[in-house]
Amino acid sequence: MARLLLDFISTVSVRLPDDVLEHLTRISKVEEPGFAGLVYEAMFRNIEVASQRRIPLCQDTGVLEFFIEVGDGFPYTADLLEAIPEAVVRATEAGFLRPNVVDPTTGRNTGNNVGPNLPWVDLRIVRGVDHANVFLYLAGGGSSRPGSARVLDPAQGLEGVVRYVLEDIAEYGPPACPPLAVGVGIGPTAEIAAVLSKRALLRPLGSKNPDPKIALLEEELVKAVNTLGIGPQGLSGKVTALAVHVEYAGRHPATVAVGVSTSCWAMRRGHLRIEKDLSARVLSHGGVKLG
Amino acid sequence: MGRTVIRLPASDEDILKLEVGDVIYVDGIVVTARDAVHRRFLVDGVPLPVDLRGLAIFHAGPVMVRQGGRWRCVSIGPTTSERMEPYEHDFIARTGVKLVIGKGGMGSKTAEACRRYGAAYTIFPGGCGALGAEAVEEVLGVEWLDLGIPEALWILKVRELGPLIVTIDPRGNNLTEEVRRRARSRVDEAIHEVVGRVGRELKL
Repeated sequence: MARLLLDFISTVSVRLPDDVLEHLTRISKVEEPGFAGLVYEAMFRNIEVASQRRIPLCQDTGVLEFFIEVGDGFPYTADLLEAIPEAVVRATEAGFLRPNVVDPTTGRNTGNNVGPNLPWVDLRIVRGVDHANVFLYLAGGGSSRPGSARVLDPAQGLEGVVRYVLEDIAEYGPPACPPLAVGVGIGPTAEIAAVLSKRALLRPLGSKNPDPKIALLEEELVKAVNTLGIGPQGLSGKVTALAVHVEYAGRHPATVAVGVSTSCWAMRRGHLRIEKDLSARVLSHGGVKLG
Repeated sequence: MGRTVIRLPASDEDILKLEVGDVIYVDGIVVTARDAVHRRFLVDGVPLPVDLRGLAIFHAGPVMVRQGGRWRCVSIGPTTSERMEPYEHDFIARTGVKLVIGKGGMGSKTAEACRRYGAAYTIFPGGCGALGAEAVEEVLGVEWLDLGIPEALWILKVRELGPLIVTIDPRGNNLTEEVRRRARSRVDEAIHEVVGRVGRELKL
């Protein structure tokens, strides 16, 4: 199991998922020449070098967040959870991850990406299923920096939510390595909105929320973010956001909480599916062989 | 294609002729310095173990592995420079560093230091850690490794590290501040547009 996870982690650190690569390729063609062109050229060369040499795309390999959905018929849930820290330590030793976990009580880097409550694991159990879906998100420092959540009053409503998102991106977006993927969560409390905003980033880029009203909000938000003109690396350009995804929960009568999570262009996330017989596939990255 | 390559340590002239929007590459010695190095030097008052006069600092925390007693740079790219904004003016003033490499741009205090001390700030495309590592010929040394691998002072010999886009020049012009100012000034209108198109459908 640890071996399998190690292969998965290294893949996510070295290669972009197919949906992100497709988006970047498409968007690079609509950008202006000049700085934007230069930056995209560097990005694509970087993607190639990382893949050829099997080295991390970006030196900030983040802290590791696992979002796991296991079926109640999947027999290896405990093994999976136990294997995560082991795989993370090995991936760090092998140079696929930079040691990024600092124990806040001592200020010292733990040196192996394992520390209090990290790697982060969010677990859901699904009835009537016998496989596991493991989503991994590498949360870099720079791209997590615009992250924010707040409880608004209902009177602020839609305008309050839209303002919160756009002001956040205008203020903190430029150094977070745009073009960004923006996740927005709406719900009753700050932490629910925050978690939903990160879950929104796990969806394939450009996918629509199944609710047409929320899908419309996504569409209008991405247009609005792109009118800010921040562009790749904050050097100005047409595309500041690759996508805006919104996820929501019911709210309290007295609250409208909003959360924002952002990913840099080098969006390193992966989706691993493990079957009951322990065969596995990386669904997010075509052509990857495990083991 | 003619690349503008600046050799480090750089002469005052090489830096003074830079203008915002120039694209350069650097050869020579680059030293990583990010949050903890700036704090230890300027807040805790610990003298820097490296003479930075004429050199470049890189806001970067690399992936390094030790193989056969030597350090190898696996991946290196810029971190968010804005976090160093509270320190950079004094850092430039006290070290004589001529070039700051990072991402996202820096603020008015740093621009003032660039103007006063004839330095420049440049952006290396963020997220391009593999590209950065290709330009590292040799890890010459490491200091303050007790700060952890990302935060230590890594002394690197680089060849054609770049592209580096000058966004603060030695006249104090600041390219990214302008982009940000325009983004901020767009926000109210953009909110109005979204609410106008979505507000009838979605009540929250």
